[in-house]
Amino acid sequence: MLLVRSFFFCGFICLIAQVLLSNTKLTPGHVTSIFVVSGAFLDVFSIYDKLVLFFGGGACVPITSFGHLLIHGSLAHADKSGFLGIFMGMFDLTASGITAAIIFAFFFALIFKPKN
Amino acid sequence: MDKTYDDIVQKQNKGAKSTKKTYLDCFVSFFVGGLIGMFGEWLVEKYCLLFHISRSDSMAYMIITLILIASFLTALGIFDKLAARAKCGLLIPITGFAHSMTSAAMDARSEGLIHGLGSNIFKLGGIVILYGIVSAWVFGLLRYLVGGLS
Repeated sequence: MLLVRSFFFCGFICLIAQVLLSNTKLTPGHVTSIFVVSGAFLDVFSIYDKLVLFFGGGACVPITSFGHLLIHGSLAHADKSGFLGIFMGMFDLTASGITAAIIFAFFFALIFKPKN
Repeated sequence: MDKTYDDIVQKQNKGAKSTKKTYLDCFVSFFVGGLIGMFGEWLVEKYCLLFHISRSDSMAYMIITLILIASFLTALGIFDKLAARAKCGLLIPITGFAHSMTSAAMDARSEGLIHGLGSNIFKLGGIVILYGIVSAWVFGLLRYLVGGLS
């Protein structure tokens, strides 16, 4: 059942993005930044946490979850160590994704040569 | 008069074709994005069972796996062809972030390791990181000041 929910949630996010992309003059960069900001905004009142619980992995795949994880980590850290936590906890949860992207990008760029 | 009329007809035909294409694009991106989301959830469940780890750890492994696949396909040059058809279905999931990092790194590789690869790797992926951090910081600060933590 979670598989079907994931399918519809992730597909719906991509559908909204495609509608924005083809009906306005926004570039893919604009669209992705809009989605990151909206993901961070949805987590201000912990709405995205409920979405993740309900839709499972499907809610963690779109780029909106990147914004959600950033603010979620900083708020969780702020709970422990106060104001400084907003600065310190920012990368707590997304660190694995960012590090993986940097490492793979670096090594693949060293090994492979661009075609065209 | 004839010329303008032809122009109008041509424009209308073009418009009709482009709206049809838009609907097709929307459907394809919905389908592809949904498939990636479903694949992610399937991976999370499999990792939980195979390695006996918690669901949150499994989510992190799933994201790393998707990034690895997307980076590898980008390095082989397949991702660009796929993204030309699926568009937002591949760009909005985390695969789009991995693609932007890897393609920027590969394009800049020829200009050298330090001033090419090193300074250009965040050329496209930096959009997501910058606006994610700025918005998360501002919203986090607002929530902290309002005082509604957990």
